[in-house]
This record gives sequence, C-alpha cells and structure tokens, in this order.
Amino acid sequence: MNNYYKFGRIITTIIMAMALRIAPWPDFIEIFNPDWVLLALIYWTIAIPERVGIFHAWVFGLLTDVLTGRAFGQHALAYSIVSYVCIKLHKRLRPFPLIQQELFIFLFLLLSQLLLFWVKNLETPGQLSATFWLPVVSGTLCWPVVYKSLRFIRLLHSSK
Amino acid sequence: MALIASIALLVTEHKSPRLDALRSSLSVLVDPVKYLVDTPIVALKNAKESVSAYSVLKEENKKLREDQFITKSRLLKFDALEKENIHLRALLENSFKLGEQVLIAELLSIKMVPYEHIVVVNKGTRFGVHPQQPVLDTNGVVGQVFRALPFSSEIMLITDLNHAIPVQVNRNGLLTIAVGSGQINRLNLPFLPNNADIRPGDLLITSGLGGIFPPGYPVGIVDNFTPESTKPFPTITATPKAMLDRNRELMIVWSKSSPVLLNAPPIQKSPPAPVKPSNE
Repeated sequence: MNNYYKFGRIITTIIMAMALRIAPWPDFIEIFNPDWVLLALIYWTIAIPERVGIFHAWVFGLLTDVLTGRAFGQHALAYSIVSYVCIKLHKRLRPFPLIQQELFIFLFLLLSQLLLFWVKNLETPGQLSATFWLPVVSGTLCWPVVYKSLRFIRLLHSSK
Repeated sequence: MALIASIALLVTEHKSPRLDALRSSLSVLVDPVKYLVDTPIVALKNAKESVSAYSVLKEENKKLREDQFITKSRLLKFDALEKENIHLRALLENSFKLGEQVLIAELLSIKMVPYEHIVVVNKGTRFGVHPQQPVLDTNGVVGQVFRALPFSSEIMLITDLNHAIPVQVNRNGLLTIAVGSGQINRLNLPFLPNNADIRPGDLLITSGLGGIFPPGYPVGIVDNFTPESTKPFPTITATPKAMLDRNRELMIVWSKSSPVLLNAPPIQKSPPAPVKPSNE
C-alpha cells in the first residue's frame, strides 16, 4: 500500500514537470525552458534507482513525445539512455556536493539534447539554430531547485 | 530493450502512419495535462473580465453591436453578389463550390516546442476533425490541422518553417507560394522572378491550387519587395492577415463538397445550400 502511495508522488511530480514543459512562457523565457521531465527523472533515478528504472523513463519519454507532438520514440530513446547512465552512476553521484552534481547534470542534459538533435536532423536537416542548446544550460542552473524540492517531497512521504 | 524499442518506434513512424492509433490512445493519458495547464490561464482571464468596470463592458457592448450591424448589412450585399456570381459562372459553364462548414475551436494556452509554430485547440477527432483541414480566423488563414487527436488537435500555423501555402495576388492573379519564415509575423515568397508584378500593399489570397485551402481567403499583405540584381530571386516578404499570436477562437473548415456530419452539437454554421446551376 505504502509503495503505491510513494509511486503516486513520483507520478505527480512528473505530471507537474510535463505541465511546466508545455506552459505558455513568454518567448524570451521559452527558449530557455529546460527539459523538466528529464530533470525530474534524473532526480528519481539517482534517489531511488530500485524503484524508478529505465522502463519508467521509457514510458514517460513516450508520453512526452505524445505531449509535445514529436516523432514517436525520440524522447523515449533519450530518456532511457540518460536514466541508464544515471542508474549506473547513482552511487557516485549521491554524495557529491550540488556544484559537482551540476557538472554531471550538464553532461546528461547535453547527451539527451544531442540525441534529440540527431533524431530531429534525420527528419528535417539544418533548421535548428544555436538557441536549441540553451535549455541544457538553463536546466543545469535549475538543478539545485529541482533537487531541493524533489528531495523535500521524497522525505515528506518517507517520514509518514 | 528500451533502446531497441524506441529505435523501432522511430523507424516505424518514419515509414508508415500505422502508429497513429497508438498515439491517439496515449494522448488520452496526457491530454489532461494540456487542459491542466490551460485552466489557470482561462480562470485568470475570466476573473479579469468579472472585475472589469461596468462602463467598460457597456462601451464594449456598444462597439460590438455597431460592428455587428455593419457586418450584417455587408452580408446582405454579399448574398446578392453570391447569387450573381453563381449565375455568371453558370453562364460560363463553370462549377461553383459552396457549402463550407465551420467548427469553432478554442486555443489551449500551451506551447509544445520552441522554434515550431504549432498550436493546440480543444477540438479533436471526436468532433470529426481530421488532418489537413484548413483553419481560419476572422481576418484570414491561420494554418492547417497537422495532427488530430481524440480530445485536441495540433494546428500548424502558416508561418511555420515547414509550411507552404499556394497563394495568388488579388490585384492581378499572379500565382505563387508563400512559405513560413519561422517568425510569427512574416511569410516569405521565394519563388517569384525579379521582374514580377508585385508591390508592397498587395493582398495575397489563397489560390485553392493545393487542394487543401479553399480559394479566395485572405492570407497576408506584401510589405517588402527588394529586387536582388545579383540573385535570380528577389526578397519578398508578407505579413499574415490572421492574428496568429493573439486569437483564442479559430474556425476549422470543411471545404469538401460533401459536408461531414458532426456527431456532437458544436456551434456550427452551414450556409443554405445554393441552387446548383444545371451545368453538370
């Protein structure tokens, strides 16, 4: 029973991340809008890798594809690869101070964006400007906020 | 496993439209998120309206009534003109297609991805919407339905980089294609020669050649024509007539000769079928 309850929390945070992803920001903020779903997934795979795995990442990636109207499977591909790396590295990442974690988050977001870029370029080559990479930087800067808030949510229900 | 599955999905989608069913069933799961994001924004707008002063509303009401009076009297004339047009075309042994049916759809306040001009509306296949339908607003052409899901549909605006619309210059009937520029207020006309008879201020209307957009709807106004002496093609840009980034209500149009029966009762307007000229 308790496990289902915890899983509900995870799903709620990811739905919120999806909502942030498609929220109508003004144009100048929008090009910075980071990949919130991936940030949330990275947090959960590092924090509780025994519960959130590659399969979950794949399913949420597929849902993100449908949500943002992308070609089927591109977010699924990127998210599952990033979550695989996260699960492999979670023991090393956990004790790091936030600054050092951010370095890795930067690399993860870059990896994901690179995969998305690759798929996108197969479809319609040569249409993306340099601003395509901005969400990687902003996502890295958002990591402390995501980390603190999701940690708060996780500990909130584990104490119950 | 996941890797293979996602690559397989990517390839399948690229090759065939067979995954559309899976996409629409999954969209039932995520569409609530779209409405979730939209709700607070609509609520805010409603709140703003309810606290706005009585006098402002009264003023607006008066203006709208005047507007309606003017449009109605114009429509009276339009009816007569339409009859005359049908008659003249019958004399020319030409066919005249009428009977367009529209469905009012409301925009959801969400942004799917940057760099692409795709908007989401709250009407989907449940209302009979299907891909490639033209979408208009009160000023002109907005775009076309790009993907129809059960509870929402994605609309590609005419300014999207991947969008092109066949147009004609209203003044002299010059045919060309208007391509989206990626900027919300600009269309490019890249396929005209340097000596083309086109000048700023010309109205572009749909030519109906692509088979998607019905002919005769305003698309944009040419605002810049710069001949390039060193290049084969001049730089011509146009501003879309439709208020692409401001409107909340859009019209999805059925322009096929056999109107689709709507299974839900939306706000709809089907003009009375004209007496078909005996030319067939």
